[in-house]
Amino acid sequence: MNNPIIWMIIGMGIVTYIPRLLPFILFKGKELPPFWQGVLKNIPFATLGALIFPAVLFIQDNVLYGLLGAASAFLLSYLGLNVIVSVLGSIVVLTVYSSFV
Amino acid sequence: MADLAFERELSSFRRGVQEGTSIAIGYFPIAITFGLIAKSTGLSLSETVLMSLIVFAGASQYMALNLLTLGTGIYEIILTTFIVNIRHFLMSASLNEKAEDDHLLKKAGYAFGITDETFSVASMNNKEVTSGYMYGVNGISYASWVVSSGLGFIFGAALPHVLQESMSIALYAMFIGLLVPSLKGHVKVVLLSLTAACLNSAFTLSHLLSTGWSIVAATLLSAVAIEAAAVLKKKRGGQEIE
Repeated sequence: MNNPIIWMIIGMGIVTYIPRLLPFILFKGKELPPFWQGVLKNIPFATLGALIFPAVLFIQDNVLYGLLGAASAFLLSYLGLNVIVSVLGSIVVLTVYSSFV
Repeated sequence: MADLAFERELSSFRRGVQEGTSIAIGYFPIAITFGLIAKSTGLSLSETVLMSLIVFAGASQYMALNLLTLGTGIYEIILTTFIVNIRHFLMSASLNEKAEDDHLLKKAGYAFGITDETFSVASMNNKEVTSGYMYGVNGISYASWVVSSGLGFIFGAALPHVLQESMSIALYAMFIGLLVPSLKGHVKVVLLSLTAACLNSAFTLSHLLSTGWSIVAATLLSAVAIEAAAVLKKKRGGQEIE
């Protein structure tokens, strides 16, 4: 166990697990005030917004590439298709796009 | 009775696996690339797979490789990992509100598998979040992440570049696919995701905050501000924002 990489990996694992675990211990069986319950219910929608933008624009050097992919996914899911279809559909759109452009 | 409870857990586990499938697809190209870069950084196959097994957090694993190349010390890498992954605290806190009550040990088990993606899928699903369901979503995602990291190390260079590139849209397409159905007819959801997207873009593009902190700040600020606005509006006798 003299390999520093192994220790680095274990350390990374521990510091990643702590924030994932802590809320389940801290808030176990506790009723939060309604305002904070509301905030926690808002978190998923806000998280999704922040996860998508701006990162999706930078998946390739060309900003249009990410925009096209995002627009395809938006359209497919807006039409009511399920998530996997939107995922595969936008992959197809971008594959076609980069094969022809 | 025990059989019935077991049946129920099994069916929610299956539902979790099913809903986690799009994550498994999305992780494939990212983990393949991770394996490929890990190899060129000089990690061994077992170190590469071990990192995916123990850390299971894409962005920080990429970052670690990057910092290793730059010759950064391991303590600094561990600290940066913590900062990059602290956003999971908010996700676990939010999921803890939604999840069915269960033994802490069971929750501690699935807490390990909470990522941006598993959290998003679980939060957007409109049935109950049971432990069985969480193990299903996390399990298939984890399996894909770990196996694809190894495959990337061994075969990564063989994957056609065009496909590798176009598959990088997969997780974003999934996030969009999860968000869009809830946008319809819900002004509050539209406001929440737009505000967070704008704040996060402003924080990162201006280099005000690093990506890890920026997501935390953008998410928390918009969740609090819009909740406060909704409460104020309700108090003034206005219509409830939904």
